[in-house]
Amino acid sequence: MDLRALEAPPTDVERAAIDAVLGPAPEAPSGSWLSAKARRHLLLPALHAAQGRVGFVSPGALGYICTRLEVPPAEGFGVASFYALFALAARPPAALHVCDDLACKVAGADSLIDDLTCRASPSDEHAWHRSPCLGLCEQAPAALYTRAGAPAVERAVGGLTLERALALLRTGESVTAPEPALPQLGEPGLRLLARAGRVDPTSLDDHRAHGGYRALRRALEIGPGGVLRELVESGLVGRGGALFPTGRKWEAVAKAPARPRYVVCNADESEPGTFKDRVLMEQDPFALVEAMTIAGLTVGAERGFIYLRAEYPLAAERLTHAIAQARARGLLGPTVMGREVAFEIEIRRGAGAYVCGEETALLASIEGYRGEPRSKPPFPVEVGLFGKPTVINNVETLCNVPFIVEHGAAAYRSVGTAGSPGTRLFCVSGRVERPGVYELPLGTPLGELIARAGGVKGGGAPAAVLLGGAAGSFVGRGSLDLRLSFEDTRHAGVTLGSGVVLVLDDSVPLEPLLARIAAFFRDESCGQCVPCRVGTVRQEELVTRLGKREPLGGLAGELALLRELGQVMRDASICGLGQTASSAVESAIERLGAFREGES
Amino acid sequence: MTVHLPLAPTRAVEVSIDGRPVSVPEGATLLDACRKLGIDVPTLCHAPNLTPMNVCRVCVVEVEGARTLVPSCSRKVEAGMVVKTDSERVRLARRLVMELLASSVDLSTAPEARAFVERYGARPERFGPATPAAAAGEREGRRAGQHREPPSGGAETVAQPVKIDNELFVRDYAKCLLCYKCVEACGADAQNTFAIAVAGRGFDARIATEFDVPLPESACVFCGNCIGVCPTGALMFHSEHVLRAAGQWDETEQTKTDTVCSYCGVGCVITLHTQRGQIVKATSPHDSEVTNGHLCIKGRFGWGYVRP
Ligand SMILES: Cc1cc2nc3c(=O)[nH]c(=O)nc-3n(C[C@H](O)[C@H](O)[C@H](O)COP(=O)(O)O)c2cc1C
Ligand code: SF4
Ligand code: SF4
Ligand code: SF4
Ligand code: FES
Ligand code: FES
Repeated sequence: MDLRALEAPPTDVERAAIDAVLGPAPEAPSGSWLSAKARRHLLLPALHAAQGRVGFVSPGALGYICTRLEVPPAEGFGVASFYALFALAARPPAALHVCDDLACKVAGADSLIDDLTCRASPSDEHAWHRSPCLGLCEQAPAALYTRAGAPAVERAVGGLTLERALALLRTGESVTAPEPALPQLGEPGLRLLARAGRVDPTSLDDHRAHGGYRALRRALEIGPGGVLRELVESGLVGRGGALFPTGRKWEAVAKAPARPRYVVCNADESEPGTFKDRVLMEQDPFALVEAMTIAGLTVGAERGFIYLRAEYPLAAERLTHAIAQARARGLLGPTVMGREVAFEIEIRRGAGAYVCGEETALLASIEGYRGEPRSKPPFPVEVGLFGKPTVINNVETLCNVPFIVEHGAAAYRSVGTAGSPGTRLFCVSGRVERPGVYELPLGTPLGELIARAGGVKGGGAPAAVLLGGAAGSFVGRGSLDLRLSFEDTRHAGVTLGSGVVLVLDDSVPLEPLLARIAAFFRDESCGQCVPCRVGTVRQEELVTRLGKREPLGGLAGELALLRELGQVMRDASICGLGQTASSAVESAIERLGAFREGES
Repeated sequence: MTVHLPLAPTRAVEVSIDGRPVSVPEGATLLDACRKLGIDVPTLCHAPNLTPMNVCRVCVVEVEGARTLVPSCSRKVEAGMVVKTDSERVRLARRLVMELLASSVDLSTAPEARAFVERYGARPERFGPATPAAAAGEREGRRAGQHREPPSGGAETVAQPVKIDNELFVRDYAKCLLCYKCVEACGADAQNTFAIAVAGRGFDARIATEFDVPLPESACVFCGNCIGVCPTGALMFHSEHVLRAAGQWDETEQTKTDTVCSYCGVGCVITLHTQRGQIVKATSPHDSEVTNGHLCIKGRFGWGYVRP
């Protein structure tokens, strides 16, 4: 392999920041190409180090990282330029990423951004950018503040106002992370949220005093076979959107002949409108650590990774702390609870790419490649992380496991429906009185969930609800009786997806939301396959034309074209991103009559 | 989820395609099976000498029981598969894929792709007139995830000025359909130079060197293997580019002569293309056992200095 490194050297601070991740440079090159290749998974952490230190990835920094990891510079550039949060040209050290996505739009983000455009001209010190959903929808309008330096500052900002935004940009005032609203705090019957808000998320003792780590003890008693039996019988299906039975996934990995095996937690949570995993990780980080440990012991994996979206600094902080505490107390490491079994967990941060939530893209991203999904089969249970059998599960899915192991499948099935046992976290946002995460039995009617959230703001009725996020679909006024179970939603031709319930009333214009959704898919397409790469652009153009009432030809023809395009994106795209990119727009046309108003 | 266990490599697998049974060795692709039956499946990003990337999606077929269509170029046969290659669904997908490509990419030097546009009755103009081309450097300056308002009234394209930064070949990415073939040929599949990679994301994804430096400043060794695999003429010999620009490129006047390269002892087969007594480009047959279609700078471009 012929590698020509970028010629500019890194600055001393860049070199130090990168060395802090990669270790000091060896005196002489390792000479072993294989050993460097085995370290390619450090590419994203190294890029984060450079970006976090000086605010962008300079040619010198990229060249140095590529030399250290023996990654061809063109490939390193290809990887860095894939992610929205890596800047490859000099940028001011401070940045405010202002969300202009669905829930924030409903909460007035557009006028906030208009004001910012007038009042906050970029300077050498700071800049602001628009951002897709930051997973803070219950605190809309929201933003993420970042400032490069040692240490770098990263803070989520909820309830953003113009004054607050200007003050942040001007003074870089220290921001404290907002604590989420926990509307069900203290309610009985909570499983996933039982500890949220009631225990100190930084205290392992407090966690254990509230039932933590009983499940791991029980898992060690009943052994992998016992855990798998309970899990299969529980009927738990994945909460990441694809509805795959978790027990069968774990069994497949436990039986796979290849070693080593891995456990990966999908904490990329980037579906617009979704924030449940954030609340779990921030409020009950030990639960996830415990669940992953159970997964590791059950499927015979010794290493676990949490792939966490970069926009969740508080979750990163609390999980890092929880992992360190668990390790210090013998709950992680070369032995677990005194048994001769090993398990370790590492956190890997994404860098601003929705598509990296798709499981194969996520694995590619951890390995140091562009987050491009690949065709399945083979599935990750056979060919997963580093080509090895891998369990990959959503945060909420994993957090169901301790309850199942501790109380058994029958207890788990005591709530929910036969086809959808257990509870589910719903991310309620938009025009409701009390937005937030709600844990309710699967099968709860939509109307009841909205009522639990205080009903529509100001007492009106919902005009429409977006279920499942940008990749989901809209339902209309008549859907309040819809039971939120997997089977009922499937029957109604909709999906629970990641649990998004974005409530709209008549005060919210629908079409700008459709335009935002179309823009989202265009911006987040990885660009690999034609139906999605070009299709999402054509969809946005069509939605824009229709929104302006400027169809080419006639409305009927444009709607037919949009439908054909939707079918082909669904049918011929590689991954779920392209396959669902038209779902919300199509549902709004079908069920809500979008784009027809004002046409004869 | 199906779990595939490794079986004896010589096993034959029986599948049904368009109602006809066919038996192919395990590990074969649906495309192999189609070809065995003489079914002509369109492909753009597939090449026998490169790892399948299955990105263009023009080769999709319908497999009974599958939720979506599947790319025949990479999907392995499984016993009992029932496949349709010419259903309504398949034809719609292929037509739309060609409409999406033809409305965004300049296919003027891509006869194969143009033939698929014809064959499936694609009407790219349904998406409206092309919006203005990007200025030099504009696409390279776009950042992943950063939204731009769509230009109004038509269809955005990848049109942009051609990159001429060396005397041997030009890169006209207005013609690039992002098949990944050049990246594969430059990388592990042939050349092992890794001078180019896919950079950026989504519609702004593009083939690039690190920080878009000109090729002579990159790791490129000018083997031209990327030109050899490019299906659209986006990568083109400088000589061909100049003749085309002057309106003098005429394939009907050209003759092809196979010869063995005399620079070294490997014995690569080279096809010299001559027009009016002048060599205008050199290729190597893809099925050549020596080259697999790949050459080095001397075989590919050496004639440029030694006129016949
Ligand atoms: C574009 C796209 C984005 C996704 N994002 C996420 C995500 O952020 N979190 C998640 O858990 N699953 C996400 N998924 C689903 C994953 O691919 C995968 O199905 C899931 O992680 C499996 O875990 P589960 O079985 O526990 O749901 C996404 C899928 C697609 C196609
Ligand atoms: S569907 Fe979209 S995101 Fe998925 S692989 Fe294709 S281009 Fe990438
Ligand atoms: S000429 Fe050879 S080395 Fe240069 S980009 Fe093409 S394939 Fe790579
Ligand atoms: S330049 Fe040619 S070979 Fe490379 S991706 Fe584009 S069309 Fe394919
Ligand atoms: S944080 Fe703005 S829409 Fe989710
Ligand atoms: S030829 Fe199969 S996807 Fe391109």
